[in-house]
Formats: sequence, structure tokens, C-alpha cells
Amino acid sequence: MTIMASTVDNGVNVAALLEAREALTDMPEAARFAWRASCEWVHGTHSRSTVEGFFGLGEEQKHRTTFTFDADHPEVFASEDHGATPVELVLSGLAACLTAGIASVAQNREIQLNSVKATLEGAMDIQGILGIDPDVRNGFSGIKVTYDIDADATPAEIEAIVAQSQKRSAVYDVITNPTNVTVEVRSA
Amino acid sequence: MRTTAVVIGAGQAGLAMSRCLNERSIDHIVLERGEVANTWKTERWDSLRLLTPNWQSRLPGYGYEGDDPDGYRTMPETIGFLERYADVISAPVQTRTTVTSVRRVYDGYEVVTSRGTWRCEAVVIATGAFNIPNVPAVADALPNGIDTLTLNEYRNPDQLDEGGVMVVGAAASGAQIAEEIRLSGRPVTLAVGEHVRVPRDYRGRDIQWWMDVTGVLDEGYDEVDNVLRVRSLPSLQLVGSDDRRNLDLNRLTDIGVRLVGRLAGVQDGKAQFSGSLPNLCAMSDLKMNRLLDRIDEWATESSLDGEVAPPHRFEPTRVEASPPLSMDLNAIRTIVWATGYRPDYSWLDLPILDRKGRIRHDGGVVDESPGVYVMGLPFLRRRKSTLIDGAGDDARYLSAHLASYLDRTMSGSGLVVRAA
Repeated sequence: MTIMASTVDNGVNVAALLEAREALTDMPEAARFAWRASCEWVHGTHSRSTVEGFFGLGEEQKHRTTFTFDADHPEVFASEDHGATPVELVLSGLAACLTAGIASVAQNREIQLNSVKATLEGAMDIQGILGIDPDVRNGFSGIKVTYDIDADATPAEIEAIVAQSQKRSAVYDVITNPTNVTVEVRSA
Repeated sequence: MRTTAVVIGAGQAGLAMSRCLNERSIDHIVLERGEVANTWKTERWDSLRLLTPNWQSRLPGYGYEGDDPDGYRTMPETIGFLERYADVISAPVQTRTTVTSVRRVYDGYEVVTSRGTWRCEAVVIATGAFNIPNVPAVADALPNGIDTLTLNEYRNPDQLDEGGVMVVGAAASGAQIAEEIRLSGRPVTLAVGEHVRVPRDYRGRDIQWWMDVTGVLDEGYDEVDNVLRVRSLPSLQLVGSDDRRNLDLNRLTDIGVRLVGRLAGVQDGKAQFSGSLPNLCAMSDLKMNRLLDRIDEWATESSLDGEVAPPHRFEPTRVEASPPLSMDLNAIRTIVWATGYRPDYSWLDLPILDRKGRIRHDGGVVDESPGVYVMGLPFLRRRKSTLIDGAGDDARYLSAHLASYLDRTMSGSGLVVRAA
């Protein structure tokens, strides 16, 4: 009797991820990563961020190519709208992180995904950033993520994948929990 | 002093091991820092009752003989039960004996105690997993003027000043303590991290009965895909009570406990809570429903559907639309840390701990230090390993392993002292 190999393919190399988990359990040092970005002011509220190198597995690493992200503010803010607003990049980061998690968890659970679409909305009262009302926070008052997923699985299985991806998501953690942020200015 | 095996700890695990060693005529002693069932006696809150029904405390050579098999033992009853067990099996327990060191010597192990030193061939560590209450690091940032209590210190609501209480942690202990403090009239906020929701009663039977008959409790550590994860799961949200009530978050919301996310930080006199509460509740509901699905399938396969009540599902956990993300700690008089326990191995001078201070073992067998065994840890060999009911199977297996170790290493050496 031949045993059929799993035909589920979400394009995630789960075996490699599981191997990495195994290896890094015994090598906590190698598990320490540092992610980096640089950002340069262009003009007005327009800036350009670049990511290229990061640190991990005990050494300097590089993306296959340099990625840049333009950020700006829309015309209703009297800006020129050369890119997404930073908060939209945050929403994109959250969605990208959760979606990558969904693909990985589904692969690990041998569930074929056919389509995954996330729609995000972050509610914000801009009285905060404009300094009108000190009781209003600058950031989102809440974020709503809605997933439309077509997969070869029951609704409960799909919900469990989405729940697990939140549990393992870095960006979800960054947004839902406080993080110490240190900003300093280098003297010229 | 010399013996073949030293068992450290006279709780259910150590006593079950003692009984199994007796059956194999392996000379041993059980060392206990206090009295039999010491932790149950001195380090738990007053209202605590076992989370498992009376019938389920099956120990090798002993079981429940009373007339309330479905009830839940109080702490005095649990202590009495274990004391009687020690008596019935004639366990060689030496009480009031604190072990201060266990180390390897050329022909076995040396166990130094407050009452002399033992030499032995094998050591069974049965000191349990629940020795030192965890206190999260954020405790250091708390403003002055807040009383804090760990699970070893909390006894009952009368201990607390009037005023707001925050209970941190929503496993069995946190849920039980939040409930009774709230019922004492104090405002209670419950910081909810990962938790495991199960109903007390399902289809007219205790959830523990279902988990027993369906084989869930017998699942082995080599059958789960991530043993480290299952070993760190919080306890089931259960309470043992006469009214057999559910102790889920909805029950706590109903009596006025305010649910907030995991305590994530303390800054400028404010507690900060994680925004992950909706997901943790959703995960817990999904997991509970998977267990109930499994039970329903088993009931159908076992032709039990006619005998028990029909399947049903419980109301999903209610989470308010925007749970508070911070709280002024001026409103809090007392914090109870119901954030679990960790074992205390400060007396163990063997290189068998991992970097997180856990004993490295394979189902209770400490390969790196032959002749050393550990018992009573979560999912040590099976899901039921920390239950009183789980001590028997683990003791049977590990005592057999221990016996074959003695046979293998000591045959002909004349070092093994066996009782006649």
C-alpha cells in the first residue's frame, strides 16, 4: 500500500520552520534577532523608509533586495499624498503578519487555503494627534480585522487557524501590548 | 544511612511510588519536609476543593470508599485521604525531614537532609510542580500602598482590606479566588491571560468523567505534537462545589467581576492590560468545543446517546466591545497573583536542569543521571500526570524502570539492599 503524500500546499515550508524551532530551542542565542529600518525625510510630511539588513542566527543578514516604503499624509491633511500614512503601514503590517501566520498554521494543520483576504479598519479620533483634547489618545481607539477565507476546512477549523495566528503574531503582540520605545538624537 | 531508593515528597506521587516499590520489595524511604500531604495542608486557600470527583482519586491499592463518589474533597478531606493511604500501604515516611542536597557519588546518590545523610542507588523526585508561586516581573513597578498576595499566602476574603481587588490570572485558582472575593462584596478586576474553559457538567456527567472515559486524560507525552506547550498549559477553569456550577468567565461577569486583558505592564501608577482578551476567549471557546465534539463522537460510537442528556453548546464567552486597556491603581487595594507555580529545585545538586530551571526528563526518566526519576509534573507521562488519579500509572511505569535499572547496574555488585 502506498501512503499518499499530503497534497496541501500553501507555499509555506513548515518542515523548515519546525526544524528551526527545534534547533533554536537548544540555541537561544541564535534566536535573538534585531529588525531594522531607516527613514529619510524627503519633503513636507513625505518620508522614505528603507529596510535591507537585519541581525539573526548569530550574524548579519540581508534581504534579497532593498525595499523602500514611501509614507506621507493625504490632501485632507494639507499634504501631498506621496504614500500611505504611517498608521496605514501599521495596519498593513498587522494584516501581513496575521496572514503569514494563517498560511503557516494552515499548512502545519494540513489545510488547503484557496483564498485569504483581510480587511482592516483602525478607528482614530484625530483630536488626539492635533492636541485638541488631551483625553483622546493619539493612536487607534480600536482596530477591526475581518477575514474572508476560502479553505478546505470547517468554519471552526478556520476560526482556530485565525486565532492561533493571532497568538503567534509579532505585530499583533506589538500592537496589543506596551513596548518600551527609546528615541534619541545623535549629536552632529 | 543506606537504602536502595529515596523518594522525596510524601504527596500522592511519592506515596504511589512507595506502594509500587513495596510491591517490588525495593527497600526505600520517603522523605517529607513537613507532614504527609504538606502542600495541601499549609499552602492552599481555605475554600479549595479538588477539581476532580471523589471516585477519581484512584491510587495503587487504594480508592474512594465513601458514599459520595461524585463529590469533591475539601482540603481536610484530601489530607485525610492521603494520610490514610500512607497508613494503608505502610509507607516508610520520615516526616519533618527537609532535603538540603542531592548529589551524585561514586556508587549512587547522596541525599543530605535535616536529619542525617542517606546513600542510595536511586532517587525519585516527587516534590511536585507547585512549590513556588510565580509573581510576574511587573510587580516590581507597583506603587506603594497595594497589598499583594501570592497563591501560598491567600487564604480567604476576610484577610483583605476593604477596597478594590485585582486578581491576575484566570486558571482554576484565579477564577475561584476572583469569584469568592467578588461575593464578599469587593469590586474585583480579573486580568485574563491564556485559560482553558471547560464546563463542570456536560450531558449530565462530570467533565472529568468524560475526559477519563474518552481517553483524553490517558494521552501520552509522546502522542502530542508539542510536549513543552501542553506541559505549560494553565489548569482547567473548574471549581469543585456542591452545586456543581460552572466557573467560566461568563459566570464571573454575571456576578460583577470586570474582565480585562493580561496584565502587561505597570507605568505611572497605572496597570496596562493586553488588547488580546477577545482572541484568548475565542481560542478557549474553540478549544472547549473541540473537546465537546470529541466527547459527542465518542458517546455516539459507544452507543451512549440514549443514556446521557443530548449534546449542547455553551454560550460563547462574553467580552465587552472595548475592554479597558489601563486602570488607575488608586482603585486597587489588593492584588492576588494567581499566576501559577514553579517547582523548587534549589536543593538539587545534579546537572539535570534546563536553562528555564526545569528537569530534563523523558516521561519521568532522567536519562542524564541514571537512577533519578521525577514525578508529579504536568503531562509528565500523560495528561493526568498531575492529578491524584494519574500518580498510579506513572508510579507503576517508573518503578518498573527503576527496578530494571537496579537489576542492570547492580547485579552481582552486592550493593542493592532489598527488603526481605
